[in-house]
Amino acid sequence: MSNKPNLKLKDIKVEIEGREILKGVNIEIKGGEIHAIMGPNGTGKSTLASALMGHPKYEIISGEAHLNGEDLLEMEVDERARAGLFLAMQYPSEISGVTNSDFLRSAVNAKRGEGNEISLMKFIREMDSKMDVLEMDQKFATRYLNEGFSGGEKKRNEILQMMMLKPGIAILDEIDSGLDIDALKVVAEGVNSMRNDEFGCLIITHYQRLLNYIKPDFVHVFMQGRIVKSGGPELAERLEAEGYDWVKEELGIEDETVGKG
Amino acid sequence: MSLETKLQFDDQFIAKLSQDLQEPAWMLEHRLAAFHKINELPLPKLEKTNLSKWNFDRFTPYTEAAPLQSLSELPEDVQALLFDSNNVLVQKNSSVVYKQLQEELQAKGVIFTDLNTASSKHEDLVKQTFMTLVTKDAHRLAAQHGALATGGIFLYVPRNVEVEIPFQGLFYAEGEQVAIFPHVVIVAEENSRVEFVANFASKGEVALSNAVIEVVAKQNAKVRLATISNMGSSTVDVLYRRANIGRDAEVEYIIADLSEGRVISNSTSHLNESGGIANVKSVALGSGDMRANITSSAYHWGTHTASDVNARAVMKDNASCITNSITKIEKGASKADGQQSSKVLMLSDQARGDSNPILLIDENDVTAGHAASVGRVDANQLYYLMSRGIPRVEAERLVVRGFLDAVVTEIPSDSLRKTIHQLIERKLR
Ligand SMILES: Nc1ncnc2c1ncn2[C@@H]1O[C@H](COP(=O)(O)OP(=O)(O)O)[C@@H](O)[C@H]1O
Ligand SMILES: [Mg+2]
Repeated sequence: MSNKPNLKLKDIKVEIEGREILKGVNIEIKGGEIHAIMGPNGTGKSTLASALMGHPKYEIISGEAHLNGEDLLEMEVDERARAGLFLAMQYPSEISGVTNSDFLRSAVNAKRGEGNEISLMKFIREMDSKMDVLEMDQKFATRYLNEGFSGGEKKRNEILQMMMLKPGIAILDEIDSGLDIDALKVVAEGVNSMRNDEFGCLIITHYQRLLNYIKPDFVHVFMQGRIVKSGGPELAERLEAEGYDWVKEELGIEDETVGKG
Repeated sequence: MSLETKLQFDDQFIAKLSQDLQEPAWMLEHRLAAFHKINELPLPKLEKTNLSKWNFDRFTPYTEAAPLQSLSELPEDVQALLFDSNNVLVQKNSSVVYKQLQEELQAKGVIFTDLNTASSKHEDLVKQTFMTLVTKDAHRLAAQHGALATGGIFLYVPRNVEVEIPFQGLFYAEGEQVAIFPHVVIVAEENSRVEFVANFASKGEVALSNAVIEVVAKQNAKVRLATISNMGSSTVDVLYRRANIGRDAEVEYIIADLSEGRVISNSTSHLNESGGIANVKSVALGSGDMRANITSSAYHWGTHTASDVNARAVMKDNASCITNSITKIEKGASKADGQQSSKVLMLSDQARGDSNPILLIDENDVTAGHAASVGRVDANQLYYLMSRGIPRVEAERLVVRGFLDAVVTEIPSDSLRKTIHQLIERKLR
């Protein structure tokens, strides 16, 4: 049996431009598990995702993060990716002049390492079949990376990248926003196709909708820059039905957001 | 500065040079007349570039090289610049060391030879054009070029002859203090079609390349002129290209400025008659302490003339580049269209870029437009690429390649596009 991937965070605190946004996040995600972080806007969910990926603007001031036992915080952004971490971004960049397929092939080969590059034929075949799953037109292979893509097209493209790179741990930040129900199903199918013991996933969303199609094992509520409540899938259902007010009441939270002013 | 010029050579030196090259008398006369201008003329005036500290004066004016039996005698990386072994002329230092012209083209009346041979063998044809577009009176560097031009190419395409394969000129300098002064004359007669690719390369502490390319495109002729400059960091690389574009004729410039020292890269188009077209596609990549002034000018005299300048420059390290686009539409050039777009991308905090669009319009009935931008590489783009496992250096390379590709992908010749891509890629490593 292969080693299951594992991402373990201990009391992660993050500052942006000197303001503390994350106030101590603890979570462990293992291969085979799907976690959902749910929370209203402005509570620090994307900050968590970006800080873990290593965005230069987000400074982790204390705490620990280990990916498969290795210190994540010691790694450069690209090293984190090659170690098996993936982030589907809420707002992916557009890069003119770089085709989607050239970019993806560079990424796939960066992970495989020199001397072990994927053959062009095999790459194209694989990309074609994954694009089929995501119901993406073939023309997206030769279009410039995210340039002029609609919101939904960008989301599909993020999932395409995940499927091609086969990370051990994936964080999906608001992958459902801007998707209609059909697109949502397609994207969910993409994620579900990866479900096995060698894949762990953290889904960040503020709607329960996506979770109808990707059943989470664990659900966490995020407020004021930390996880304030955890539970099983039933927690997501209650949030969908009743909103977040009951959580705030229960915990005595007035303003759930973080980093204002 | 100018003292050294005086010390290095004199009338006698010029006379001996001309004699050794067995030149016709008119050439010697021209050399001497140009030589006498050197010290009285100022350096060219370049928008926003101060030339006072550039070395235009310390160099060896003539360095002979032995002929090659075959192209394989060239260093491998220099050889690699050629994408076909046909219709090639190689100049090493001051001498033309190799030339080849396909017989079938010769039979059609095409002339492709070194300028020295042409100046006696095709005296009238050469005289009609040689240093008439860039004249010895223009500025000190033009005068210096006129006095010292050696090697070079004369390319003549007769009426109605269309040549599919590009002609290639390789100007290669090697050795300390070496200077080269290649002069290229291209005459495309009516309804002809021709493509010329020039590579400029150097090895060692080469001092100077002061080159001129003159193009005459007669009625309905099509000329594509590509120059790929790739000189080392010790070299002052001066290249003046100038075209007279006739009725319904078209000149397309493809310019890759990849030299690492000091660069003056100038292209000027005169759209003298109606329907003429000038297109400039220019890419530059600067590294180290490179300083460049890249200027493209189009002068519209005829009606219905069109010019389009599309320039992109990437500056790394301490490199600095001034990109000027000048479009002048003269009174009477109605229905003219002048477009320019110029963008500079800087990869480091020390790199500098400047982009100056200049539109001068003396006619009402015209269309014109320009776009210019200068910016640094987007940290979010790099982060995004790196987040997929791509190392920083390669991520930068992708962004740069993408940026330059807006121009490079417009280059109509596959082999040229490939060559330019490879050179850019190598420089980004
Ligand atoms: N790039 C950024 N620059 C400055 N402040 C930021 C940035 N990203 C997040 N923040 C701050 O962090 C807070 C939480 O934002 P975010 O993590 O995007 O929340 P969520 O994803 O839960 O909506 C924001 O209200 C803002 O104050
Ligand atoms: Mg967010």
